[in-house]
Amino acid sequence: MTDATLNPVSNRGPRARFNLEAWVMRGGIAIAGLFLIVAVILPLYAMLSKSFEDKDGAFIGLTNYVAYFDTPSLSYSISNSLTVSIVATIIVITLAFAYAYAITRTCMRFKGFFRLVALVPILAPSLLPGISFIYMFGKKGFMRELLMGEPIYGFIGIVLGSSFWTFPHALLIMITALSLSDARLYEAAEALRASKLRTFFTVTLPGAKYGVISAIFVVFTLVITDFGVPKVIGGQYSVLATDIYKQVIGQQNFQMGAVVSVMLLIPAVLAFTVDRLVQRRQVALLSARAVPYAPKPSRGRDIGALIFCSVMAGMLLLVLGVAAYASLVKFWPYNLSLGFTHYNFEIMDGGGWGAWFNSMKMAGLTALIGTTLVFTVAYLVEKGQDARFGRVVIQAMAMVPLAVPGMVLGLAYIFFFNNPANPLNGIYATMAILVLSTVAHFYTVAHLTAVTALKQIDGEFESVSSSLKVPFWTTFRRVTVPVCQPAIFSMAVYLFMNAMTTVSAVVFLYSPDTNLASVAVMNMDDAGDIAPAAAMAMMIVYTNLTVVLIYGLLSRLVEKRTQAWRQR
Amino acid sequence: MSGSAPYLRLQGVSKSFGSFTALQDIALDVHEGEFVCFLGPSGCGKTTLLRIIAGLEIQSAGQITQAGVDISALPPSQRDFGIVFQSYALFPNLNVNRNVAYGLENAGSARAATAQRVEELLALVGLPDQGTKYPAQLSGGQQQRVALARALAMSPGLLLLDEPLSALDAQVRGHLRHEIKSLQRRLGVTTIMVTHDQEEALTMADRIVVMDHGVVEQVGTPLEIYREPVSPFVANFIGTMNQLPCEVNGTGGVKLGVLSIACQDHSVESGASAILAIRPEDVIPHGAGARSPGAPDIIETPGNTFDARIEDMEFLGSFFRAELSGQVLGEAHLLADFSINAVRRMGLETGKELTVELPAERVRVYAGTAV
Repeated sequence: MTDATLNPVSNRGPRARFNLEAWVMRGGIAIAGLFLIVAVILPLYAMLSKSFEDKDGAFIGLTNYVAYFDTPSLSYSISNSLTVSIVATIIVITLAFAYAYAITRTCMRFKGFFRLVALVPILAPSLLPGISFIYMFGKKGFMRELLMGEPIYGFIGIVLGSSFWTFPHALLIMITALSLSDARLYEAAEALRASKLRTFFTVTLPGAKYGVISAIFVVFTLVITDFGVPKVIGGQYSVLATDIYKQVIGQQNFQMGAVVSVMLLIPAVLAFTVDRLVQRRQVALLSARAVPYAPKPSRGRDIGALIFCSVMAGMLLLVLGVAAYASLVKFWPYNLSLGFTHYNFEIMDGGGWGAWFNSMKMAGLTALIGTTLVFTVAYLVEKGQDARFGRVVIQAMAMVPLAVPGMVLGLAYIFFFNNPANPLNGIYATMAILVLSTVAHFYTVAHLTAVTALKQIDGEFESVSSSLKVPFWTTFRRVTVPVCQPAIFSMAVYLFMNAMTTVSAVVFLYSPDTNLASVAVMNMDDAGDIAPAAAMAMMIVYTNLTVVLIYGLLSRLVEKRTQAWRQR
Repeated sequence: MSGSAPYLRLQGVSKSFGSFTALQDIALDVHEGEFVCFLGPSGCGKTTLLRIIAGLEIQSAGQITQAGVDISALPPSQRDFGIVFQSYALFPNLNVNRNVAYGLENAGSARAATAQRVEELLALVGLPDQGTKYPAQLSGGQQQRVALARALAMSPGLLLLDEPLSALDAQVRGHLRHEIKSLQRRLGVTTIMVTHDQEEALTMADRIVVMDHGVVEQVGTPLEIYREPVSPFVANFIGTMNQLPCEVNGTGGVKLGVLSIACQDHSVESGASAILAIRPEDVIPHGAGARSPGAPDIIETPGNTFDARIEDMEFLGSFFRAELSGQVLGEAHLLADFSINAVRRMGLETGKELTVELPAERVRVYAGTAV
């Protein structure tokens, strides 16, 4: 009686009927994907292909690479870059671990103060420590005897400067790693009569292992890709990041610039990949039932920690203080009377106060546009129910910028956007390209912040909304954004501060009309106007400090207003 | 088909994720006003089935009709249901009133009407005057009620509950179980609840759908499911069931060791090995040697009885659970629940010999081998 061909129940899945929400979601995902392709993938592709071309754009295979390795003055930079990066990493990791240990595992006093001071370098462009070290250890430096005749310009300067500005990055990771520990493991060790040293090697270190590994890769990548420190204090000691600049700006040899970029891209990508793999293996060591570790007072250890942290904090503040002081001194070291003459940027090359205003504008736009964009994209990726493949691809593309050095990104932007055939050619040499490149440059960390916040909110909000016939964009506006406000604030501050301090990507992209404060620091230092360079660097610090203070105040205000519904 | 048409009808619903089959050819009718529970172990597909009914998941094949309309391809926003999740998914930044009013506001209902409806709903779930609090300021049970009020706000034809009680502690759970059930009766809203808690299903549901590995094992009233489980899985998942190896003999009964046992009708062919199943509370204790003439409590028709020894006794509050061994049982042990009364009267204790009876109307036989 039944006829198989007339089976009323279709054996194929039903095709969903037209559904505005689903199409808006898909459209949003498509636009997000397109943005990342244009802002990240295509420029990198343009850069890579350039390295295989001659000056006329013809494909010549590996010829440029052969030329690179045949030029010792160029290829020597590879080992230079690796050497400074490894040495700086070892120094920073050791110091940051001890500092983080003091903050998390001792009963030292003034923990909050030491924690804040250690973050000071984040406010400054990486050019600043270079300038300070010249004042301290340069030919007229007041501490030059400490180097016993060794010049500060070169290896020593780069290692010192890099250690200064990467310290807080390592410290933050270590503090997180060391904060997460289960007191019961220590009680168990004590009950089993393990010695203090044995406990350290069998409980403390394994617990912090992934944090330490992660910090190692982060610091290594930061140092090897940094342009600011070696530019100011590198002297004749050439590294990959400065080589790109020399090839492109000095010799207009774009193809060789592309080859050096690839050389720099390789270690950065390697470090990034290893770090990702390691982090994937990190399982939650801390179960929900773990008891947080609370250190017990131990006089000797606590005093030792206090002394160590005081010395470290003193050095960090000294470096900043030297720049602040030098910017005010009339004529170092002959006339030490103070004044604001060096802040009169109008009489210097470098763009004057206009550069600072441009930076403010650029950082403001980056924070505003970047935060909106990154958060929206993260939302679509995290909460979207459709277009699975698209979301996975976007997720992967969002991680790429972290592996791409700023210098490489900047050069890639020249190749891609300065191409007359590119319909987006119009944004070249405008504020728009500076904002776009900066958003792309710092995309990943902001993205991860957003994703973390979004993962913490209930996954069923969208389902509940659709059962109540409320479209997802209403719930996004009424619930998701308000709930994620703290993360959104911190994303904005992160993007703003980095936009203020960055040199590496924008150094290739600014025009006389869009000069930036950080670039002005570099150019004034290049021209020998080191005191005005210090003054401009300090302006960046003061600006960021103001933003951080406003952020703190605003957060407290919002916290007060929303404490009725925010737990924790 | 006679009688009224079902309110919700699933036909041939299947769902696979890659090579994993989450649901296979599910057919089910739910009638208007019914309270149906999907019961099964985690991973059996019950939540997936609920999400498919809501449109949050799209089935790989099959058809769903609700109130006579084919909704198979409709997105959730075009279907007619309210839902309560295990996590409640209350919007933390909106107070109770705004949470409950969330859908009403969007539908553009007048402010006064919305306020009145919210008040009504909060009274209904027993939370009057809590409207200005935020979810974080409420207890778990209260949050659950708010979620229920929000789900009912748009007067949906179908109420879906996804393990709504599992995040609560035992006392609140028992209380809310009763409340949800009586609320559902009063409103007459067709309700489907997913749970892995057999007690919840037995006390709340009009009908239970027992699921395992993506297929429906049995559909029936709580009593049917408990009394006449169609498979050892169902028997074991709901309540406790002794499963003893036996062999089907020619007369439709089974042989347990050397003993012939009369049992319920079954479809296992004679000569095959099978599973004899009986619930511990159905085992009847008699005095030792109750079958021999002259014993004080002699059994007139000593079928289905054998001698056993109490190996262990566990006190479980209102009764004792004994673990019995016996020659007939071979290596296997038989669990039997004895009332406190019987234990006192017969002086039952570990090591004691007694006679037990397996009443034929309580003995079920399944194909397969007991483990």
